[in-house]
Amino acid sequence: MKNLPTHHDSRIATVLDEHVIEIVSDSGEGAQRCGQSLAAIAARMGNGIWTVEIIPAEIQPPARSVAGASGNRVRIGARRIESGGDEADLVVAFNEQVLLGRVRAGELKHGARILLEGMWREHPDPRIAASYAAAVDELAAAGYRVIEIPMERECRTLVGDPRKGKNMFALGILCNIYSLDLQLARDQIALIFRKKAASVIESNVTLVEAGHAWAETHLDFKFRIPAERVTTPQIVVNGNTAAALGVLASGMEICAMYPITPATSASHYLSEVFEKVGGIVHQAEDELAACAFAIGASYAGKCAITITSGPGYSLKQEALGLAVMAEIPLVVLNVQRGGPSTGQPTKTEQGDLLATVFGSHGDAPKVVMATSTIEDCFYAIITARKIAETFNMVVVVLSDANLATAQQPFARPQFSETWLAPPVDQSPIPPGAKPYDWDPVTGIARRFIPGQPGGMHTITGLAHDRNSRVAYDPVINAEGLRHRSLKLAALQRTLVPPTVHGGDTGDLLVIGWGSTKGVIEEAVDRLRGEGLAVSSMHLRFLQPMAGGIKEIMARFPRVMTIEQNWSDTLEDGVIDDSNRRYSALAMMLRARYLVDVDCWSEVRGQPLKPGRLCEVIRGRLPGRQQKEVAS
Amino acid sequence: MTTSLTDCVLALYEEHHELEEYQSGMPRWCNGCGDNAILTAVQRLCRDAELRPEKTVFVSGIGCSSRFPHYMKTYGFHSIHGRALPIAEGVKLARPDLHVFVNTGDGDCCSIGAAHWIHAIRYNMNMTVILHDNQIYGLTKKQASPTSPLGTRSNTTPRGSYLEALNPLTVTLGVQNVSFVAQVVDWIPDLVFDVLSAAYRHQGFSFVRVIQRCPEFQPGLHEIAMREPNRVQVLTHPRGLQLDPSLERVYKNRLEHDPSDLSRARDIASSTDAIPVGILYWNPEVPRYEQIRAPSQLRTPDKIRAGLEAELDKYTIWPDGPTATT
Repeated sequence: MKNLPTHHDSRIATVLDEHVIEIVSDSGEGAQRCGQSLAAIAARMGNGIWTVEIIPAEIQPPARSVAGASGNRVRIGARRIESGGDEADLVVAFNEQVLLGRVRAGELKHGARILLEGMWREHPDPRIAASYAAAVDELAAAGYRVIEIPMERECRTLVGDPRKGKNMFALGILCNIYSLDLQLARDQIALIFRKKAASVIESNVTLVEAGHAWAETHLDFKFRIPAERVTTPQIVVNGNTAAALGVLASGMEICAMYPITPATSASHYLSEVFEKVGGIVHQAEDELAACAFAIGASYAGKCAITITSGPGYSLKQEALGLAVMAEIPLVVLNVQRGGPSTGQPTKTEQGDLLATVFGSHGDAPKVVMATSTIEDCFYAIITARKIAETFNMVVVVLSDANLATAQQPFARPQFSETWLAPPVDQSPIPPGAKPYDWDPVTGIARRFIPGQPGGMHTITGLAHDRNSRVAYDPVINAEGLRHRSLKLAALQRTLVPPTVHGGDTGDLLVIGWGSTKGVIEEAVDRLRGEGLAVSSMHLRFLQPMAGGIKEIMARFPRVMTIEQNWSDTLEDGVIDDSNRRYSALAMMLRARYLVDVDCWSEVRGQPLKPGRLCEVIRGRLPGRQQKEVAS
Repeated sequence: MTTSLTDCVLALYEEHHELEEYQSGMPRWCNGCGDNAILTAVQRLCRDAELRPEKTVFVSGIGCSSRFPHYMKTYGFHSIHGRALPIAEGVKLARPDLHVFVNTGDGDCCSIGAAHWIHAIRYNMNMTVILHDNQIYGLTKKQASPTSPLGTRSNTTPRGSYLEALNPLTVTLGVQNVSFVAQVVDWIPDLVFDVLSAAYRHQGFSFVRVIQRCPEFQPGLHEIAMREPNRVQVLTHPRGLQLDPSLERVYKNRLEHDPSDLSRARDIASSTDAIPVGILYWNPEVPRYEQIRAPSQLRTPDKIRAGLEAELDKYTIWPDGPTATT
C-alpha cells in the first residue's frame, strides 16, 4: 500500500486548541454514527463540541458519488464551541468520490489530513481502481496529506460484514488520534446500542479497539485537545431532540404533525417518549389536518403543538389565520430548510421569516421566536406554550436544519412545575361574562373552554363581536383587529432588550437571528481580537421585537444583518438602491426603525463559517471599504 | 372550589334541558332550506338524549350548513372550509368527555375537505357527522358541487355540469374502518330524527348523509321523489330503523336490510332505482382512535417530571465521570 506510514514507537501528542473533523461515506455506512459518537466521547472528556450532519437528499444515493456524501462534521475544542467552525482539518472518507464531493465544496482546509479507505486501489473494476488512484494523486498534488488505510481488510478479520463495522473501526482510529479515553468510547457504544443484544455491543467495542490499536501502530501523529471535566451535569442532544424534550417539559399533551424533512426527527423522538408521560403524537393525513387537529385540541383546552418545515408551514397558513382570528393558543415549530417550494429539504436556510411574520391573509398577528442554540430549542418551546396560553395567540418557533441535527452540550435543565400547563379550566363562567371581553389595554380576553357551564358560544373565523357573534359591522371588525394587535404590544412590554456581544459602541453592529448566533459571535470575537470595533446583537423575538433595539443601533454608525436567506447584491449590474431586495430581518429593521440597515446573506445550504464572516465584516468596515474601492 | 355530595347528586338529576335551552338565535337559512329540518331534529335529539349544553360541541366548516353551530346554545366552532373534521378530531382526542357533532356540506366534505373525510372514517372517532348534501354550492351562489347531478346548470357550468355525481355513501362504505353509515331526506322529519338519534348512539364515527333541498339554487331537484313516496326506499331492520306505523302507510317501498351486511350496504348505496333511507351499515365493534390512543398513564406533574428526568438521564454527562450514566 502506498503512502502507508511506518511504525513509530512513541508518538508525542501535539496539543491543539481545536480541530474540525469530518467523517464521510456513502449513505448507510454509518459515518453519521461515527461522527456523533466521536462528539459524544469528546463531550464526555469535557471538550467543547459542535456537530453538523452532512446529509445527501436521497435515502440511497448511488454509491461512490460526489453528491452522495453522508456523514458528520465534528468540531472539538478546548473551550465551549458555539458553531461548526471553518474548513475541516482532518477527514475520514470511506471512498474517494464522497471525499472529492467535500473537497470541491471547499469544505477542507488547505493541507488537511485525509484518512482514506484504501481498498479501492485494488478494486477488480479497473475503472474504479483508476479513478481512485487519480483522486489520490490529485489530492496529494493539491497539498493534502492522504493516508490510505485498509479499513475493510482490517475489519474483515473481526466481523462478517465489514461494511457495517467500518465506522466503528474509524471511530477507534479517531479516538487514538485525539487521545480520547477508550473507556469513554466503550461506554458510549454501550449507550448507543443499549436496545441491541450484548453481542452487538461487544463486536462494536472490538472494532473500536482494533481501530485504536491500528492507529497506535501505524500513524506518526497524534493530537490532544485539552479538556476539563464538566462541573455540572450536561446534556448532549441535537436541536430537534432538545425541542421535543421541550414539548415534554412544557406540559403540552398533543403534538399533531405530518412527516417532513428536516423537522420529522423531533416527532420521531417525541413518538418514542411522549406516551410515557401521557402525551400523544398524532400523525395526521396532511399538514392542513395536523394544524387543524392541533387547533381543535387547543380549543378544547389542551394547548397543542404542530411541528413542520417550510412547505408544511405554507400549507398551515390558512388554519393559522383561523387560530389568530378565534384567539386559540397554538405552538408551531418550523424547522426551516431551503426554499421556495421543495427547495433543499436537508439543507439549512432562514427563508421563512417574512412568511411567518406576515403570513396568512389579512392582518394575522402572531408571536415569532427563533432558537439560536441547541439549549434554546428546549426552552423556547416551554416559553412558547406559556405565551400562547397567556395571550391566546399562535406562537411560531423558528429553528432550522442546522440546529435540527447539530449537537452541543448544555446544562442539564432543572425541571420546574411552573413550566407545565395548568389543568383545563372547567369552572362555571360568571353570568354576563363575554367570550371576547377584550381588555382595553392589553387586548387579552379570558378564553371559555368547552365544558365550562355558562360559557356556551360559537367561535368563528368570521369577524365577530365580544359575544363571538358574527359581525359585519365596520366598527366591530376594526375593534377585533385592534385588540388582536394590542396583544403583541402588551407582550412586547414584557420583553427584555437584547444584549450586545462585544463593545457597547463601535464601528459596526452585526445583527442576527436564529442558528447563526454562535458563528456570528465567534467572528466578532476574532475581529475584536484583531482590534476591530465590531459588535453583534442577536434577536430571539422577531415579532414583537423587544424594546431598546433602536437605541442600540444608534450607538453604531454602521449596522448590518447577517442571514441565511436571499438578498440582492449590488455586484449584479441590474441591482441598485431602488430595486435591491434586502434580507428578511434587514427589511424588517429598516421598516420598523428607519435605520439604514445593510445586509449580507448566503444561501448555500451550509452552516456559515466564522472565517468567511470575518472576511465579510472586514469588508464593511471603514477604511477597508475605501481600500476595496481604490484597488 | 369544593362541591358537596348533595350538590353532586342534584347535578346528576339536573341534566334535563328544554328545547329552548339548545336554541340560539334565529336561523338565517332560506325558506324551505333543508338545514332547518336538520336543526330541529338535532335540537330534539339533544333534549331527548339529555346532552349537557356545556359538554356538547358542534364543529363546522364553511358553507350554508356550517352556520349550524351558531343556532345551537352549546359550544360551537365555525371553522374554515373543509377542515371541520380534523378540528373535531383534535377536540375529541383532547377531550373524550365532550359530545362532538360535525356539520359539513357537500362542498366542504366531498370537495375541499375530501382528504379529511376519508381519514376521519379510518380514525373512527366517536362523533356524529352530518353531511348536509344539497348538491350545490349555496353560500357562494350556485356553483356545481361534487354531488350535483350530471348536467346541473350553475354559474360555473352554464351548459350543464360535466361529471357524474360523486356518491358519498359508496365512498364512505369503501373506506377501511367504516362503522356507521346512514342516509335520510330532509322532507321526512321523523326519519331525520330517528336516524340522527341512532347515529348519536353509535360509539364511533357516525356518518349521516342528509339529502336536502336547496329551493334557491336547486329548485325542484327532489320534487318527484317528494311527490312519489315510492322513490324513497326505507331500510328497516330490528337492529336498524323501525318505521312508525303512520310512516309505513306512506312509505311502502321498504327493504329489510341487516346493517351489519357491508357488502349488501354497498349494493344498496350504489343502486340508482330509489333513494335508500335508513341505516346502511352499522358495526359497533370497530376500534376507536381516541380509545386506541388513550394514554395509559394518568398525567400528573410528578409523572411528567419523572418522564423528563428519565429522558435527560440518557443524554447526561455527569461531572463525576461517565460511569454515572445509566
